[in-house]
Amino acid sequence: MPENNSIHASEYALKRLNKRHMRERRFKMAGLGAIFVAVFALIWLMSSILGSGYKAFYTHSMTMDIELTESLLDPQKLREPDKLRKGNFRLIIQNSLYARFPDVTDRKARRELFDIVSSSGAPNLIRQMVYQNPDLVGQTLTIKVPTSDHVDQLLKGNIDRNVKEERRKVSDRQIAWVDELIASGEIKAGFNTCFFFCADSQDAELAGIMGAFIGSLMTLFITALIAIPIGIGAAIWLDEFAPRNKLVDFIEININNLAAVPSIIFGVLGLAIFINFFGMPRSAPIVGGLVLGLRALPTVIIATRATLMAVPQSIRDGALSVGASHIQAVFHHKLPQAGPGILTGSIIAMAQALGETAPLLMVGMVAYLTEIPDGVTDPATVLPVQIFIWAGNAERAWIEKTSAAIILLLLVLFLINGFAIWLRNKLEKRW
Amino acid sequence: MLNSVFLLVLVLAALMAASFVFARRKAKATVVAAGEGAGLIFHSQPGYYGWLAGIVSGLAALMALVAGANLSLNPWMTLTLMMVVGLAGSYFAASRVSAEFRARTYVEFFIKTLLVTCSLIAVFTTVGIILSLVFESFRFFQEVSFLDFLTGLQWSPQTAMRSDQVGQSGAFGAIPVFTGTFLIMAIAIVVAAPIGLLIAIYLSEYAEKRTRKIVKPVIEILAGVPTVVYGFFALMTVGPAIRALAETMGFSVPTQSAITAGLVMGIMIIPFVSSLSDDVINAVPQSMRDGSYALGATKSETMTKVVFAGALPGIIGALLLAVSRAIGETMIVVLAAGRAANLTGNPFEAVTTVTVQIVALLTGDQEFDSAKTLAAFALGLMLFIITLVLNFIALIIVRRYRARYE
Repeated sequence: MPENNSIHASEYALKRLNKRHMRERRFKMAGLGAIFVAVFALIWLMSSILGSGYKAFYTHSMTMDIELTESLLDPQKLREPDKLRKGNFRLIIQNSLYARFPDVTDRKARRELFDIVSSSGAPNLIRQMVYQNPDLVGQTLTIKVPTSDHVDQLLKGNIDRNVKEERRKVSDRQIAWVDELIASGEIKAGFNTCFFFCADSQDAELAGIMGAFIGSLMTLFITALIAIPIGIGAAIWLDEFAPRNKLVDFIEININNLAAVPSIIFGVLGLAIFINFFGMPRSAPIVGGLVLGLRALPTVIIATRATLMAVPQSIRDGALSVGASHIQAVFHHKLPQAGPGILTGSIIAMAQALGETAPLLMVGMVAYLTEIPDGVTDPATVLPVQIFIWAGNAERAWIEKTSAAIILLLLVLFLINGFAIWLRNKLEKRW
Repeated sequence: MLNSVFLLVLVLAALMAASFVFARRKAKATVVAAGEGAGLIFHSQPGYYGWLAGIVSGLAALMALVAGANLSLNPWMTLTLMMVVGLAGSYFAASRVSAEFRARTYVEFFIKTLLVTCSLIAVFTTVGIILSLVFESFRFFQEVSFLDFLTGLQWSPQTAMRSDQVGQSGAFGAIPVFTGTFLIMAIAIVVAAPIGLLIAIYLSEYAEKRTRKIVKPVIEILAGVPTVVYGFFALMTVGPAIRALAETMGFSVPTQSAITAGLVMGIMIIPFVSSLSDDVINAVPQSMRDGSYALGATKSETMTKVVFAGALPGIIGALLLAVSRAIGETMIVVLAAGRAANLTGNPFEAVTTVTVQIVALLTGDQEFDSAKTLAAFALGLMLFIITLVLNFIALIIVRRYRARYE
């Protein structure tokens, strides 16, 4: 900088300028820092869930030789499925475990031995097989049964072997047996199909998300049926046919406000109106779908209006000028132009509905259900609520399950939103 | 039940489709019979005669269905009645086919009515919310005085099993619940407001186009994560992390605490704040920035002293919307804040919120005449009023602000 004596180059001025530039840099850094914090939060969230969830996608099962002793299951040799179903399959499993480890005779030790396999999962598996095919009685089968969640957790490295025995969920003896079974290849890790295809269960090793997934589909179906047609209709009316007066202003303000009402209030509405007043069934997807439909309605209306407003007036005016009626101009010309935008908006609204939890708690979709629902009036639950239910269990195996369910939910949401964005980029017209 | 509904819908659809085809054919035949060029003197296209017949038959059949249900006829009788009445309706509509008959006008009137109904459903939803909340709250305030509810310092909604039980009398003082709600909301806003604003400023003023294209969707992902996921994250990861951090500093914090819930809620509303402020900042005219630069101001000076000052009303509006969002948020606090109503301003303690109490009181088995369940509706009403007022003020501020620069 050239020497001069102007006040802008005095020592004081340069110092001040420097200070201002420092402040400028600090401000910029603060902005970058804010982005960093948000991105860090996202990465922390994702990694903590991925880190604890991926292990739920595989599980350990034990291959066993199981003798379906006729004298125990069907002493009268009737082979009636309904009677066979009541047989003591627990004992069958126990016997084959005792046969595998003949030197275990102590009562307590035998109980621990049985705890290696899933105490209700293993007997039920065989019960189902025998029920479907009674001729199996008397034979010896080699089948895979699920291990108990403690053994599964031990093998996944989530139970510390170095902790004192009494503070551990698995005993030293169990560890020894499991290690032996692993070495001999009898216990093996495999893909956890039950997590995808089972309904909920009290046993972590048998709990799956199928019930909640079907419940989500049914609920979303009702939601779409309510929110999309009504939302589009309302948006068309407000955009094209509504007169400009106080009443319509009120309706518009009302819709904007409705979009910002906390979702739990919609649940309270569903409980008071649909369940208590109209006597609709509790816990059913039909009520959940109605509630979410009303919740999604303002979102669909606002998205549709935005797209309708973006369509140039000249399109409508062109139609009107060649003699189309107002309805014809809107439905034959304006609406098709707005179609892609409306579709995208509706899909995004449905994705939001899929992630809703609170209003569904209010209408009782939080029940513990071990059956996959058959229809929209059956008790059901949905994916986010299933996550909420599982999140209440502090055990390691459940945390894993919950995280895995979250991974699936996020994946589904990601795909839906991604599809909507792809659709918008592909179909949307820019005027 | 589901099958019968399905059957009804099927019958109705078939009836309407048949009426449509029947009437449209008749209209076409009438045009042809009228001779060359007759199409021009017909008021409506043949399709509209078909639509009209479909609508008339459908409405007639629906009325028959309602009548059948009210007279409690057996399902097959009702179905037969529907068919007969529906076909009569369609025959009537088809019999009116003529050049002068304004079928299109009627059809369009019907469509418009349908559209108005759609808009009104949104209004009915609000009315339904208000009615159900007010009605049940009114019953609650017959048992518990309104003043006690608003000013009471103790919240323990468990009503006594036995009359001689101590401390189980059921106290409905909402102050601790509201302090908890506002405490968590305040923490969330303290986290989200500066971060959200700075992100908006950086992205709109400093970032290159490429950076913006990457960062914006990444921030948006935070908005798309369901709240129950945030709740689980708070409970399983953030809560224990804060507790461990506090332990190294020598004091103890429970896993469920206001700070955990507030922090995670703050993360949740960052994208909300940043996208709203982004709109607001972009609405400030470029000329104001140019004027500032022309005077020699740096970018940050322009931002803080000119753009921010100009955008302030809009930013306040955005923050009010964020506050309303934070107050109404449920799943994070249900999982991470706790259920015991502590009257405290200490963020390192477990507190409860309005939404948590609503969930606690209304899930599970309940009878609808105890003060315990009715209290949930009173809380719901308060929540609704607070968020409504906040949204309303925010909307007015934002609207005025926009008008200023347009």
